[in-house]
Amino acid sequence: MAILEVQNIEKHFGATKVLKDISFSMEQGQAIAIIGSSGSGKTTLLRCLNFLETPDRGRIAVNGDVLFDAADPATQRENEIRKKRLHFGMVFQSFNLFPQYTALENVTLAGRLLAQERPDFKSRKKEIFAEIEDHGRELLARMGLADRQGHYPHQLSGGQQQRVAIARALALKPDILCFDEPTSALDPELTGEVLKVIRSLAEEKTTMIIVTHEMAFARDVADQVIFMDKGVIVEQGQAKQVIEHPQQERTKQFLFQYSEG
Amino acid sequence: MFWTVTRTILEGCGQAGKLFFFTLLFALPLGLVIAFGSMSKWRPFRVTGRFQPLCRLGTRFPKLAAWRPVSMLTDVFVWIIRGTPLMLQLIIIFYTPGKLLPQNPWNNFSDGRMFACIVAFVINYACYFSVIYRGGIEGVPAGQREAGEVLGMTRSQIFFKVTLLQMVKRVVPPMSNEIITLVKDTSLARIIAITEIIKAGESFSKSAGIVWPLYYTAVFYLAFVGVLTILFRYIERRLSYFK
Repeated sequence: MAILEVQNIEKHFGATKVLKDISFSMEQGQAIAIIGSSGSGKTTLLRCLNFLETPDRGRIAVNGDVLFDAADPATQRENEIRKKRLHFGMVFQSFNLFPQYTALENVTLAGRLLAQERPDFKSRKKEIFAEIEDHGRELLARMGLADRQGHYPHQLSGGQQQRVAIARALALKPDILCFDEPTSALDPELTGEVLKVIRSLAEEKTTMIIVTHEMAFARDVADQVIFMDKGVIVEQGQAKQVIEHPQQERTKQFLFQYSEG
Repeated sequence: MFWTVTRTILEGCGQAGKLFFFTLLFALPLGLVIAFGSMSKWRPFRVTGRFQPLCRLGTRFPKLAAWRPVSMLTDVFVWIIRGTPLMLQLIIIFYTPGKLLPQNPWNNFSDGRMFACIVAFVINYACYFSVIYRGGIEGVPAGQREAGEVLGMTRSQIFFKVTLLQMVKRVVPPMSNEIITLVKDTSLARIIAITEIIKAGESFSKSAGIVWPLYYTAVFYLAFVGVLTILFRYIERRLSYFK
């Protein structure tokens, strides 16, 4: 069964249709890269999955569970949306780390707050917090940031900040991890360290959706590539196939511009 | 003479300090409430709302659908308070109830003048604070809230754990301005016959025919503001660990 099923998603901003009838599905352990020019709707699609935008039409199901159905208001209650979001992790283009917390606190904050809702929280508070902290340290170590736990975001480079953000997203063990142009705000030198981390996550079979402008990276790391243009999916298929031998004229054009650049 | 004058002015300082302290105590939180009112997005005639009859009106009159009554009422209130002199507000709040009722209700309190004065100051300063707070909250990038949302935080968790401290850091400089102004605005209390610093100093020109006590009051204001300046600098330094 597909881990994620997106059916007929549509989204308008005022009179502009940003997403038109978007459907795709993915399997557990897959990585999908979404490519396309600016304004093609890639980011809006990710934001719809994370409930940061509400689609006007369509359904989103994770593991067969319908999380969102535009036709069914019962799926749109605020309190439930909060829980449903946890199926997805999100890494933003601009990191969005919390500046007043250290790297480790950034990673553990949400877990500590969610733990308060556990029935055994009062009796096992200390153990639970210790577990969350150990897990946070472990994640930062995996990101190569073991020695940066106590640093505040402004003391870290962009690449380090983004790796903290990835650890923060992983901390809640989401089913699907979403990346919204994770390297677009970084210097070329810092891009590599972030891509390396994402690559290692792909090798560990983390289910991921990556919006990116790094074509070579998409080809090598993703299983599937989706090319979007003007709010529709123009082409979708095996990563190598789409990027090296695109079928659609629009895809060819887009990729050609990249090889020129 | 010097000591008599100093003691009298210090008594005035006591009154001014009381006014200053209680104004801050109530206006700081009230300002936040007003700020939230002003930012309220509640639109009862919103087209996709849950309450159907109102929505139908919204469909017919698109302008009505966008109407945010709470936000509008708060903005009008803030406009009135910021648009009229605090001195006038003091007079209205202290004297008007007495004109409308058989006796002035403020006199039911042991220190009715001071009480009325604090009420007027709290309302006035809460409005100014609300605008500063709003700027501080809106200045926190939307990505901060979104990051919290995506991590499954509730709206109040996002406000208290993510937004609040960043807002506080942003508002300290403008708030310090406003609070320093408050120190000097306490001198307006004399309009309803409260013996604050200036009135205390000036009293000697009538009773003893000397003017220097009036000028001497400046020293007390300067000392008051000096302490505050140091305090604000300390707070700013405490919050400088993040950017």
